Amino acid sequence: MTGGLTAARHPRTWVVMTAAKHPDRKEIGDVAMGLGADAGSAGIVRTRHVTFDQPGQELALEGGGTLAPFTVAYETYGKLSERRDNAILVTHALSGDAHVAGLHSANDRRPGWWDMMIGPGKGLDTDRYFVISSNVIGGCSGSTGPASENPATGRPYGTDFPIITIADMVNAQAMLLDQLGIDKLLAAVGGSMGGMQVLEWAVAHPERVHLCVPLATAARQPTQAIAFNEVGRQAIMADPDWRGGHYYDGKPPAKGLSVARMVGHITYLSDEAMQEKFGRRLRDIHDYSFTFSADFEVESYLRHQGLSFTNRFDANTYLYITRALDYFDLTRQHGSLVQAFRNVTARFLVLAFSSDWLHPPYQLKEIVSALRATHKHVSYYEVESHYGHDAFLLEREKIEGIIGAFLASGARTFAPPG
Amino acid sequence: MRRIDYKLIEDLVPQGSTVLDLACGDGELLGQLIRDKGVRGSGVDVSQEAVEACVRRGLSVFHGDLDAGLADFADGSHDVVILSMSLQQLRRPRMIVREMVRVGRQAIVSFPNFAHWTPRLQLFAGGRMPVSRDLPYQWWDTPNIHLCTVKDFRALCLEEGLCVEHELFLRGVDKPPPQRAVLPNLMARVAIFAVTRC
Repeated sequence: MTGGLTAARHPRTWVVMTAAKHPDRKEIGDVAMGLGADAGSAGIVRTRHVTFDQPGQELALEGGGTLAPFTVAYETYGKLSERRDNAILVTHALSGDAHVAGLHSANDRRPGWWDMMIGPGKGLDTDRYFVISSNVIGGCSGSTGPASENPATGRPYGTDFPIITIADMVNAQAMLLDQLGIDKLLAAVGGSMGGMQVLEWAVAHPERVHLCVPLATAARQPTQAIAFNEVGRQAIMADPDWRGGHYYDGKPPAKGLSVARMVGHITYLSDEAMQEKFGRRLRDIHDYSFTFSADFEVESYLRHQGLSFTNRFDANTYLYITRALDYFDLTRQHGSLVQAFRNVTARFLVLAFSSDWLHPPYQLKEIVSALRATHKHVSYYEVESHYGHDAFLLEREKIEGIIGAFLASGARTFAPPG
Repeated sequence: MRRIDYKLIEDLVPQGSTVLDLACGDGELLGQLIRDKGVRGSGVDVSQEAVEACVRRGLSVFHGDLDAGLADFADGSHDVVILSMSLQQLRRPRMIVREMVRVGRQAIVSFPNFAHWTPRLQLFAGGRMPVSRDLPYQWWDTPNIHLCTVKDFRALCLEEGLCVEHELFLRGVDKPPPQRAVLPNLMARVAIFAVTRC
């Protein structure tokens, strides 16, 4: 999840997250379904963990070497059908986690990051589909990442954690699906970095996914996005508290991570959305303070976003995941995008958002053209929105119908193996 | 309503060919072509409702504005490109015809014939812009901004260097065509042209 304007809609009611600083594991007890949940909510859910520590369960990494043992945090919603033909994997973006829908407890004030789309009767209807979401490898919300213990030293990996890629994230998800007994997904759905995982699924595991819905993403990380990520990484690494990435015994580089998040956040919005939400409004003052304090609402908003992010996110994970994003390029191994998609069997629904300047519509159309070149089944829809990149997290009314229709028509043509 | 014009277009489309249907609407024609002629087909439409309706039918559809051309489609990427009853609604009909024969080997275009005797009569006798079952709009709310006639379209083909492979004339989209088309520019309400580059 990229965060976004959801909070800005109610600027006076910002809530600072109070999660543990490095929540290696979320331990949430089972609570009866339905408590405290609205109609349409996936209800009370629990993050589960599966650890791969058996011989042969090493994760071979694209950059060389292996990761072992490793843990994947995941949540599920709805019920897996007897024929195991209704599983949908939802993949998350840079700052997301396994908690995609529902609530963790009856008085949980923060539903999952794509709660608007997942639940009974929603676009990803949990009365029909079995929805799975997992935290990516390298993450900091329950799956193994740089904050996890390095078995070689007994201390957190820090920057000794291997560089991971989108392909590695997807391979870990594939092992999770093996564990859950799912041979073939009805669909893989995700936006931004989640969209890259969806594309990787279609290319690397063509026999395991029937429908793909990438939103607000690209088949190769664009230059401008690499540039912004580099600013974020430099901010983290310039923080004296970062200490080469081995800071887990002391203060985390909160200042650096906060600046990284602020930069990132700007790229998720749009000129128009910022203008509309903040304008040049001053915060709690009638005139300039003639100091460097946060006079403007937009400054205050960004500072808040940056700060609250440091309460739930690990700075090293930010480095690793932005690296994975930057390395993503489907043309690299295959020469061209057309070639990369050659063995794809999945049907695609590709969604772009008009004001997304991180992944503008042309980047989504590039995917569509390459798929079409070899007559793959692909549909393209450009959502009119002024929310920028974050639109995929906000524009429920504009995307729910088409995604729901795509899943329903695709389900009719789906027969999983065996 | 049984769409005879769709049936006639279907007869022009080779079995198993690759088809692009422009302004495909809810995908009825496209779905029919896939079902009956085994074509590999996809559609293009500018409206959200149309795109969603096509996706609901399980069709492959591209959300795009035909007035911007077909830049997202490669030269010769399709056997047949269809534009059914929408030519008159485009801002740049000549450009789109040119684009159709660039993207496809063959272009099939159908349109309401404005030289049919009823609009002629309404304009001649009534002195008002024609309003009929085929063209049910008032002059001020019509989406049909580039109406043309059978003769006009033939002239366009000539100017564009296009060879007319088939001409079909109907007394209405739901009426079977007469055995022999007599005075088509006067008698046909709907014309279907199949053209290629000469």
